[in-house]
Amino acid sequence: MKPRQKRFALIAVGVIALAGAATLVLTAFEDNMVFFFTPTQVAAREAPQGRTFRIGGMVEEGSLERGADGTSVKFLVTDTVNKIPVTYTGALPDLFKEGKGVVAQGKLNDGGVFAASEVLAKHDENYMPPEAAHALEQAKKAQGTVVQ
Amino acid sequence: MSDSPLTATRAPSSGFSLFYYASPQTFFPLAGKLLWPTWIIAIALTIAGLYTGFFIAPTDATQGDSYRIIFIHVPAAWMSMVVYLVMAFWCAVGLIFNTRLSFMMSSALAPTGAMWAFIALWTGALWGKPTWGTYWVWDARLTSELILFFLYCGYMALQAAIDDPRRADRAGALIAIVGAINVPIIYFSVKWWNTLHQGASVSLTQSPSMASTMLTGMLLMALAAWAYTIGVALVRVRAIMIERERNTDWVRQLGNAAQAGDSKA
Repeated sequence: MKPRQKRFALIAVGVIALAGAATLVLTAFEDNMVFFFTPTQVAAREAPQGRTFRIGGMVEEGSLERGADGTSVKFLVTDTVNKIPVTYTGALPDLFKEGKGVVAQGKLNDGGVFAASEVLAKHDENYMPPEAAHALEQAKKAQGTVVQ
Repeated sequence: MSDSPLTATRAPSSGFSLFYYASPQTFFPLAGKLLWPTWIIAIALTIAGLYTGFFIAPTDATQGDSYRIIFIHVPAAWMSMVVYLVMAFWCAVGLIFNTRLSFMMSSALAPTGAMWAFIALWTGALWGKPTWGTYWVWDARLTSELILFFLYCGYMALQAAIDDPRRADRAGALIAIVGAINVPIIYFSVKWWNTLHQGASVSLTQSPSMASTMLTGMLLMALAAWAYTIGVALVRVRAIMIERERNTDWVRQLGNAAQAGDSKA
């Protein structure tokens, strides 16, 4: 082997070894890499017990209740399989909406209610003008009536 | 390319050779010629991209006008990843073939890559507040992009800390090549883990999930970012070439020619 080829082989082997090591580390820390737990994971008791964590999912349609004081809210977070009731007091982000993504940080109490200290909105990767969104909604509704 | 002394007057061989431009004294005039076209393309694309993004593209159904920061955020984030991979590539070429110019290219790209990473993080924070409700969270995407910014800073700091350019190049190359592992992690973070950051709107495997004028604006801005990066890297690599090769004949001749030009004017 020429020295040049030797150096190439060394670098290639180094990069491959490094990629392997990175994969192993990331797999080992898989549990710590999750930013939030889904309601199904919480139901399966995969979420940490007795300490703060985040749950993520959709705000269930029609589940949002505003308290009399105007700052406290209750809603259900769903991943379409399981649901978790969430209570929260404070300002909600502008994009917080029923049927849209949400990530809440807090603790699960004994009654299975998630007491959130922070609520963030999670939006999707779709960008479209309002007219297109409206048309899409109409199409969905029309489809729904046909199915029923 | 070996370490044998290069003569200043080396004529191109009969056929076109890519390696002809692999040495500083032949690349210097080529880089100079490429500068103006690159700047003109960069400016034209920026104007077209900003106009498309801010005047032609419609508002977004969910986010209103605040989504328009995407026209800067996404091109900056793409470039921050691409520039790092290009740096790692030049460093690997430099280590394997012992070429001087490849290390200079890598050094010339680093500050611009760091700038793109910083812009991506900064515009992301400004975008996160009105949409997510927070400037910053430690999710996989945001954290790995922050690590990328630190890798750029580490590369530049290490190179600046070592006086001998050859040793500085080798040490920097190690950071550049090892750190390249982080780039696929950034890119796939939103697929591999739960993140607050949304998935990719534009990818090679799926049709884009954006209105077409929005996409046009974003791609124009991305091309503008490419042109700017190439232009600024050429300026910087020319400066690095002159500085590092100041004791060689070709730089002296360049200096003499410039002085002669000044006295005539």
